[in-house]
Amino acid sequence: MAVRDYIRERFMPHIWCAGCGHGIVMNNLIRAIEVLGLKKNDIVMVSGIGCSARISGYLDFHTLHTLHGRALAFATGVKLGRPDLHIIVPMGDGDATAIGGNHFIHAARRNIDITAVIMNNHIYGMTGGQYSPLSVYGRMATTAPFGNIDQAFDIVGLAQSAGASFVARTTSYHATSMIKIFQKAITHKGFSVVEVLSQCPTYYGRKNRLGDAVEMMEFFKKNTTPLGSAAKEKNPDLIERGIFVQEDRPEYCAEYKKIIKKAMGEQ
Amino acid sequence: MKSKSKKDQGKDRSHIEIRRDWCKGCGICVAFCPKKVLALDENEKAIIERPDECDQCGLCELRCPDIAIEITTL
Repeated sequence: MAVRDYIRERFMPHIWCAGCGHGIVMNNLIRAIEVLGLKKNDIVMVSGIGCSARISGYLDFHTLHTLHGRALAFATGVKLGRPDLHIIVPMGDGDATAIGGNHFIHAARRNIDITAVIMNNHIYGMTGGQYSPLSVYGRMATTAPFGNIDQAFDIVGLAQSAGASFVARTTSYHATSMIKIFQKAITHKGFSVVEVLSQCPTYYGRKNRLGDAVEMMEFFKKNTTPLGSAAKEKNPDLIERGIFVQEDRPEYCAEYKKIIKKAMGEQ
Repeated sequence: MKSKSKKDQGKDRSHIEIRRDWCKGCGICVAFCPKKVLALDENEKAIIERPDECDQCGLCELRCPDIAIEITTL
């Protein structure tokens, strides 16, 4: 199938700003699904609220656009009811780690077979550029006009310690590796977290004088390095990208199936 | 048959389609094209300025936030 066959063309062009990284994430997510050869009816996309959450409206899968931060709770319900389907949850940094922070750590802890794609643009874009738990210390936001004094979460570290069995990071610049990571995350049996560093030129870029979308992507190119590279040893400030965790662990729906069998046998 | 040079391999074998109604003119495709095939026109929409230089790497297609670029191999 062509990439555009996965899109609800009646809603295009999308609402994202010119140069928004979320469009690149949607683009490459479709391409990963196309390479995997998954049928549209085998995918359920569940999103919460925010710029990132709009993805579920644009893609022609089974889609649910739910409450802010609660997408993983809805997705858990869908997965338990239909374990045969692939569940993909696109989230923003605020949706995943602030409003939905608890849902996020507990979905990871259960290791339920859901793919969470966290588009980290370090800010709340849709509501006007407020700082998020991923805004970097010292950066400007509409709610931090003198600079942000909060320390940012590390999504990879958070997902890893909460128990996710697949954890990866990539950026909107690294399109080809993003596609490969999405493929692995979707086929992985367990809770998969993919953090994608994504540019918000309208708010994070403008407030912090980081330039346009192209310059923000150049930043991702220059300031990230593959996991375990020698460059990281020389420059500890570089952000690592790649697959941090990929392990086989008991998956929640499979465990639940065992419980059903056990209970039925004991009747 | 003489094999084609690397430069000629891309010639006449691909077609780049840009949907102008989807393109928002961010310039990502223009900036990151290794062969400088693309440009923005006076309406800030991506256009194919040097089609003969395209070697079908596909990076414009993958990095387009508007999903406005489609490369078809002929």
